[in-house]
Amino acid sequence: MTPLQNLIDPALLAQTAFAVVVVFTFAGALTAVLPRNILYNVLGLILCLTGVAGIFLYLGSAFIALMELLIYVGAICISIVFAIMLSRPLHLSLPKRHLPKVAGAGGVAVLVFGALAGIVVRTPWQPAPVRSSDWSVATLGAYLLTRYDLVFEAMSIVLLVAILGAILISGASGRRSS
Amino acid sequence: MNSLTTYLFIAAALFIIGVFGLLQRRSLIGMLIAIELMLNAASLNFMAFNRFLAPDPIIGQVYTLFIMGFAAAETAIALSIIIALFRRIRSINIEQARELRG
Repeated sequence: MTPLQNLIDPALLAQTAFAVVVVFTFAGALTAVLPRNILYNVLGLILCLTGVAGIFLYLGSAFIALMELLIYVGAICISIVFAIMLSRPLHLSLPKRHLPKVAGAGGVAVLVFGALAGIVVRTPWQPAPVRSSDWSVATLGAYLLTRYDLVFEAMSIVLLVAILGAILISGASGRRSS
Repeated sequence: MNSLTTYLFIAAALFIIGVFGLLQRRSLIGMLIAIELMLNAASLNFMAFNRFLAPDPIIGQVYTLFIMGFAAAETAIALSIIIALFRRIRSINIEQARELRG
């Protein structure tokens, strides 16, 4: 054992780090939803997605955690920031909050959480009898090009259509309004 | 930290925060952010089942990648619609977008 491991219990350290990651995730999620300034929402979303990437690390897949950072934080959040800059200027007045609407949304959220929690607690989760332990990225790549080929192709075509659609929608309306 | 239920509860809480945000916001970008939260809760569920139950740990990762690809496509389309809408009605508040209401 190294001296550091004598000083701090690794399991305790892992649990503390997990708690910190979860707290970051929820703080980010609440920041993404509650403040009315849209820029704070995007910053909260970035914090939340980084936390989710940390949870993916605990779930055993460093590759998916990196993809989460790359696609969500790197691409989606940045494009949302672009959309904010291209649409409503931040100095305009913020919309007022309707208290009944917020209360209704909270009620629905509590109901949904109750239903989900009931399902999670009451279902007897059974692990598969035979479980492989091959988590390597090489296997993932091989499966994506052989057994899950359709997923790969569908994802490619959806992304291509989305790119073309985005160019068409924003470009066409720009020509019409000018 | 090492039980399936913990992760499922985290994902459920993330999902309901997304539901709450989706119902409560009126800015289109705010609703898009809430949808991203809900999609992340779904991927978290897939990865948790992948880690604790699935026979082959590749399946959940493939699904999570699939969700990420869809989220990226959905964001691109939604943002271009938002920008087109903003050019038309000079606002991204959904209560202003009532042209198709009849």
